[in-house]
Amino acid sequence: MTDLIKYTAADTAAAIASGQVSAVEVAQAHLDRIDAVDKKVNAFLHVDTEGALAAARAVDAKRAKGEELGPLAGVPLALKDVFTTQGIPTTCGSKILEGWVPPYDATLTSRLKDAGVVILGKTNMDEFAMGSSTENSAYGVTGNPWDLSRIPGGSGGGSAAALAAYEAPLAIGTDTGGSIRQPGAVTGTVGVKPTYGSVSRYGLIAFSSSLDQGGPCARTVLDAALLHEAIAGHDPLDSTSIDAPVPAVVAAAKLRDVRGMRIGVVKEFAGEGYQAGVMQRFNESVELLRELGAEVVEVSCPSFTLALPAYYLIAPSEASSNLARFDAMRYGLRVGDDGTRSAEDVTALTREAGFGPEVKRRIILGTYALSSGYYDAYYGSAQKVRTLISRDFDAAFAGVDVLISPTTPTTAFPIGERADDPMAMYLADLCTIPSNLAGNAAMSLPCGLAPEDNLPVGLQIIAPAMADDRLYRVGGAVEAALNDKWGHPLLEEAPAL
Amino acid sequence: MNLVSYDDALASYDPVMGLEVHVELGTKTKMFCGCSTTLGAEPNSQTCPTCLGLPGSLPVVNAIGVESAVKIGLALNCEIAEWCRFARKNYFYPDMPKNFQTSQYDEPIAFNGYLDVQLEDGEIFRVEIERAHMEEDTGKSSHIGGATGRIHGASHSLLDYNRAGIPLIEIVTKPIEGAGVRAPEVAKAYVAELRELIKALGVSEARMDKGQMRCDVNLSLRPHGREKFGTRSETKNVNSLRSVERAARYEIMRHATVLDDGGTIVQETRHFHEEDGSTTAGRIKDNAEDYRYFPEPDLVPIAPARAWVEELRAALPELPRVRRARLQGEWGLSDKDMQSVLNAGAVQPILETIAAGAPADQARKWWMGELARRSNETGTDLSEQPITPAQVARVCALVAEGKLNDKLARQVIEGVLAGEGEPDEVVAKRGLAVVSDDSALGAAVDQAIAENAAIADKIRDGKVAAVGALVGAVMKTTRGQADAARVKDLILERLAAEGQ
Repeated sequence: MTDLIKYTAADTAAAIASGQVSAVEVAQAHLDRIDAVDKKVNAFLHVDTEGALAAARAVDAKRAKGEELGPLAGVPLALKDVFTTQGIPTTCGSKILEGWVPPYDATLTSRLKDAGVVILGKTNMDEFAMGSSTENSAYGVTGNPWDLSRIPGGSGGGSAAALAAYEAPLAIGTDTGGSIRQPGAVTGTVGVKPTYGSVSRYGLIAFSSSLDQGGPCARTVLDAALLHEAIAGHDPLDSTSIDAPVPAVVAAAKLRDVRGMRIGVVKEFAGEGYQAGVMQRFNESVELLRELGAEVVEVSCPSFTLALPAYYLIAPSEASSNLARFDAMRYGLRVGDDGTRSAEDVTALTREAGFGPEVKRRIILGTYALSSGYYDAYYGSAQKVRTLISRDFDAAFAGVDVLISPTTPTTAFPIGERADDPMAMYLADLCTIPSNLAGNAAMSLPCGLAPEDNLPVGLQIIAPAMADDRLYRVGGAVEAALNDKWGHPLLEEAPAL
Repeated sequence: MNLVSYDDALASYDPVMGLEVHVELGTKTKMFCGCSTTLGAEPNSQTCPTCLGLPGSLPVVNAIGVESAVKIGLALNCEIAEWCRFARKNYFYPDMPKNFQTSQYDEPIAFNGYLDVQLEDGEIFRVEIERAHMEEDTGKSSHIGGATGRIHGASHSLLDYNRAGIPLIEIVTKPIEGAGVRAPEVAKAYVAELRELIKALGVSEARMDKGQMRCDVNLSLRPHGREKFGTRSETKNVNSLRSVERAARYEIMRHATVLDDGGTIVQETRHFHEEDGSTTAGRIKDNAEDYRYFPEPDLVPIAPARAWVEELRAALPELPRVRRARLQGEWGLSDKDMQSVLNAGAVQPILETIAAGAPADQARKWWMGELARRSNETGTDLSEQPITPAQVARVCALVAEGKLNDKLARQVIEGVLAGEGEPDEVVAKRGLAVVSDDSALGAAVDQAIAENAAIADKIRDGKVAAVGALVGAVMKTTRGQADAARVKDLILERLAAEGQ
């Protein structure tokens, strides 16, 4: 039965649908795996054993009645602790929400439940999704299953690590500046940031509203596509949700054919700061795409060099406002309410005790950037840069179908290495941030191990907004070709836990 | 503090006012979620993740709220933005669930308008409108244990979020200059006119006593002849028409007193006190207060289609001032009489009575006389009297048909008010029909002539005016149920016949 945890989501669903295995067996196998390894990995903040088994039983009962099962029915999933789950604690990796049990499900949570997906529990993350390593979680760091002394990426390190540690075949992340793709890259898994507005944000605890986007994490491109189709689509509860059909990503993932596609290599994503082994695997991927029949050209996006500073004005500005609601009045932590203090003092003491240093840093940064007299110079200018970046993308996509780059400049770095150097930490998102600012779609998938440290390297594919299917077409073809070359999926090279 | 007199204040200074009025819209649901807006519900029973600001919740704009805002903008002669956004106004307060208010900042939905208001002497004063924008209301704090109900000195506070998220339209005037001594009157007339307008549009009941319409009075003084505005005070939540006038008047005197003393006005919010009409200092508003506005990223911009705006414009109801002028003309009333009709809230009942067939002067006579008096005595609204316009119209018809005289009609109205049924039923039950049967009256007339021989002689001698006394005698014997005109005719006929 240990095999069950290595199944892809597609195979798991097929096995359940055909009666080879029950959803309860699948859920139990994963719960056992979590039991066995998660003390080391710390991917989960909360495991919902009862809920998972109940959901699995419901799928089995449905099958027994002869009802049709959806394409992911009975497949276990690890949910990033940034989405609300009715009756299940939701902390966002923060002390300030410790003990909060949401009274409502996020739209994404409801869709997963409706699809018969078995939610195993909530995964660890940098506090309020602010970070690239999960070191900013108030509940301890998550280890990278490839090397537990290294970071699993962030903010969605818990979700990526759960996949790489075979604790779940599917996971959900959110990507504000790379929080799905960068963890995917450093754990050898697949992560997709869908087009902004294609996955509902209702119930996604906001970090930066104009950048946050939920998306699928998986071990294969097809599994990511299946999950993508389950969670995407218009939601009237989210005003920024796009009212248009979801691109046919599952069909695209199965196509495995890039002949005739034009692919652009972003010139600006190379050079100083890029690890040699990362560039080596990236360049091999470029060659591979040529061999597969794609036309590869170099493109320049000069404004991308401004993306990081613009991001670190916009995201903290929105965060400073989004996080104002944590005031000890209605839910979550309350500190100092001893009958002698004013509401204002209790709010201040609670925020002092409840937020970690990175969250405080960004709240202060954002508050400053929005201040009267500074707004135009900071927030206003950053919005202009955002427009320039979108124009660079538009110009590039006029000539190519997708853009490619390394997902992140380096492989997984050791825990603690950048913890006291925010600027170094921020550089991990150098290649992923432009897509958040422009709102388009991007994927990271494994493209090999860096020779110098034997750690996974991610290939990033970027497509225009609402052309998410192109990611899966290219990703599916690259994945198939690499698996053929290696004779097995990359993750099998990870050391046993 | 001894204040300088109002006249002395105005002798030295020009008041400049800015009025900010918040109107709670009468939409069924809140501005950004589906919660009910019904007043008086159990605290915190009309809330959801969105209006409680729970983590992860998102707003969705109420389309009726936007439509109401456009209607108000159009009625205030504003331009309607082709494209506008919501913005977040960031500040911490426990009754604000997200610790930012979703409002509009530099892109209001309506701007650059005006409202003409009529002053008591009939003069029209134009108040220019800076903007009208959409926003959400906050929750309500109740401070427990303090003497004043204010937060200072309270032992604890209770929060009710039922009001949080109720749609508000904030209407801001441009600085109102040149009103001089009539500034308080202009302020009151503006708020009164705005209230009528909002009611006519049907977007809110605009009851100030229920907090559906709240007014902030900003006021500053400058010496005559100076261009630059003085420092203003902001008197918050002045919640009746009379209070608006009193607050403006008080602040004029207070500012003048401070300035005359060589002092400086502090920019601050002030509380108005109904009991004595004074204001006291609240929060000091230094210019450091910074709401860090930025465009609301959880909502998409609003771009009211021009065709839709024109549709709304075409469908605007007749606006109050136009309607009043029309009715005044139709009814042939003086300004003063029209004002009384308005003050009594009698326009609608009169109109409905006319619609039910009564002549305008009769309809007005009843509603402004008998019924207005009763409404005053009982302290209830005219529209709440237990008599319908149709019933008043029926009484008018009975008078016109000669079946009732004025005195009897009054008794019929009384009967209807007392719940005795329809006018005809009251006539029947009380036996109030006018006696106009000549044979029945004949005896009474003969008796009156016989008993008042001296008066009858005077009439025979040509002093026809003396007939009144005989008519009175007949009315007395018929207990008022005779048709007085008919009685007079009968007496004159009888005496003339004798002379032939």
